[in-house]
Amino acid sequence: MSNVIQTAVIAVLIENEAGALGRVVGLFSGRGYNIESLTVSVVDPSEKISRITIVTSGTPMVIAQIKAQLARIIPVHGVTDLTASGPYVAREMALVKVISTGDARTEGMRIADAFRARIVDTTAGSFVFEMTGAPEKIDAFVDLMRPLGLAEVSRTGVAAIARGLETFHSNQESF
Amino acid sequence: MNSAVSQEFRNTDALNGAEVLLRVLVEQGVEVIFGYPGGAVLPIYDALFRQGTIRHILVRHEQAAVHAAEAYARSTGKVGVVLVTSGPGATNAVTGLVDALMDSIPVVCISGQVPTALIGNDAFQEADTTGITRPATKHNYLVKHGADLAPIVREAFEVARGGRPGPVLIDLPKDVSVARAPLPEPGNGRLHRLYSPRLDADREAIRQTVAAMKRAKRPLFYTGGGIINSGPEASQALRELARRTNFPVTSTLMGLGAFPTTDRQFLGMLGMHGTYEANLATHGCDLLIALGSRFDDRVTGRVDAFSPNSFKVHADIDPSQINKIVRVDVALQGDVGRTIRALLAAWDDDGQDLGEWWAQIDAWRALDSLGFQQDMKPDAIIRPQYAVRRLYEMALGTGRDTYVSTEVGQHQMWAAQHFQFDKPNRWLTSGGLGTMGYGLPAAVGAQVAHPDALVIDIAGEASTLMNIQELGTIAQYRLPVKLFILNNRYMGMVRQWQELLHGSRYSQSYSEALPDFVRLAEAFHGTGMRATCVGELDDVIARMLAHDGPVVADICVAQDENCYPMIPSGAPHNEMLLGPDAEANAAKVTQEGMALV
Repeated sequence: MSNVIQTAVIAVLIENEAGALGRVVGLFSGRGYNIESLTVSVVDPSEKISRITIVTSGTPMVIAQIKAQLARIIPVHGVTDLTASGPYVAREMALVKVISTGDARTEGMRIADAFRARIVDTTAGSFVFEMTGAPEKIDAFVDLMRPLGLAEVSRTGVAAIARGLETFHSNQESF
Repeated sequence: MNSAVSQEFRNTDALNGAEVLLRVLVEQGVEVIFGYPGGAVLPIYDALFRQGTIRHILVRHEQAAVHAAEAYARSTGKVGVVLVTSGPGATNAVTGLVDALMDSIPVVCISGQVPTALIGNDAFQEADTTGITRPATKHNYLVKHGADLAPIVREAFEVARGGRPGPVLIDLPKDVSVARAPLPEPGNGRLHRLYSPRLDADREAIRQTVAAMKRAKRPLFYTGGGIINSGPEASQALRELARRTNFPVTSTLMGLGAFPTTDRQFLGMLGMHGTYEANLATHGCDLLIALGSRFDDRVTGRVDAFSPNSFKVHADIDPSQINKIVRVDVALQGDVGRTIRALLAAWDDDGQDLGEWWAQIDAWRALDSLGFQQDMKPDAIIRPQYAVRRLYEMALGTGRDTYVSTEVGQHQMWAAQHFQFDKPNRWLTSGGLGTMGYGLPAAVGAQVAHPDALVIDIAGEASTLMNIQELGTIAQYRLPVKLFILNNRYMGMVRQWQELLHGSRYSQSYSEALPDFVRLAEAFHGTGMRATCVGELDDVIARMLAHDGPVVADICVAQDENCYPMIPSGAPHNEMLLGPDAEANAAKVTQEGMALV
């Protein structure tokens, strides 16, 4: 195993109960692991199951630790490392507010079109763009908007899922 | 259901939450609770008053309740149970919970909470107990509805003792303990799909381990507290595996007693204050088999220089311990007792000739790294190591089953080095957290569990003052605990580090204004004794051991004695300090080493 820092996208199925997210977040802060993004939402209301997607980074030994520590949390049902178990799709949604007029406004609309961002709110002096894509694509879009009147950004963090026939359960790590 | 219980609670339909709690505790085999009452747990104390199955031991501080429960658990293999009130009751218990978490001790702590309607209002004696104890426990619960109570309590015991054991807290609001609550049959209303760690190691991993054992010329077993947790059968299996393989055995602090420390194959403890032979064997071995141990920094020293040329195997029930600190070649994930039995089954007694390895170990052993100079003139000052050795020899002479607890510091290391343990579950110490004040309440827990045994707290005068109020508990229950204080008038380990690493600037480590421990014992209705010189030591120990009540023995020992051998912080195992003559070497401790604890 190397000592190279790598990024990992980890999916966790966890019971949707009070304090469950706190146990996951507390694990990361208590043990000094990185969180680059974390998203959570109920995915199976009848079974009260939430899915957490965590983007983190560390050496392979640290990533393995993170997965083993996550699996130890009592309400956690399963852990999958999407980065390790094959191709996967990672998407993030961003709402980007740009306040500008004149040429900057026109240029902003042109770039948004190229990035396939949708306009979800508009006034005479502002746009809110909605954009979905890989985090790097959103980064690039936000960078381009910066000189064109970028005012505010809201991002969801990454949601990710395996490509093809693979599912959470087929890729679940056994501990 | 226990018949005594069904008599106590005839009408199962009219149970309140507190009664449901107690009935589930009885169903779980609980005989003793260590606790302290308060407003939020009054209904539970009322229910306790009206039953006769569970015995309650009233401690003098909630931290002590947890340590007593830990020692009860460690010395019996059962789950220790604690009952504390809300707010300060719960926060006082936190140190004990973290102690149990670090040392993998099964404890269930029930804390009172303000009524559910008041949670979040900054009510009197309210604290966010589940928030505070989340990183202090293996798991915790807030019981919001009476219907959840029985399933939660049952699950809490399963979590506490299952897999790698640990502390579990149940926060119980007062309205839930007052209101009627159902008592479903066991098995109904399970809450979590519990994690169930695998118990049997992978067969291929067993095969690889046995292959490595066959080719090893310098093998070593490095055993830890997991073997104690796995039960006496695991210790028995370890003894058989060591006998059949002729491999040497070293142990962590927490594992002492799993293998007889008097056995020829035992090299002593390894790590910071381990023996020369244990540490050099760890450094020089070609096969290191970790059994229920976790590569603690006190064991490894400098990680990149730890056992540099060995093939490493790690047996542990908790997958998060494997490859956490030291990368291993084979992982044996499972119950360590079962793993040892699987190794025994696969071992066909055709290992390498270990003659050379044993000759090397015996040469290291000949250095007698635990040796010390004791002037035997009657008025000579007592060396603390000598006091521990005489205590061991004379306790052994009584033929009684003996349990030893300790506080934390130099005396703890001398007890680990010089007291001998031939059985598991007899050694009660705070290893991971290093909690000063652990030993006296631990002695309470062990004596409650084993009323006829000899229970000794080998203490330092500074540590023991941290929970000295437990002399009150000892008096109330007439527990014949022996508090054996190695009194050097210093926080000895702090003083030692200041001497070796901080230019002998003894900042705040002198025990100023100590109490008179003899009169302190008498104030708590016990017997006090003092030995100030070698000529008085045996007499004090003999009288202490012969006395059938609690004793505080104040053993005045050399103030300047340091605990050796010692691996300075940040140093590898082959750079040990063996004694005062080597202290000059301490100058070599690097800045990085000084930053380590």
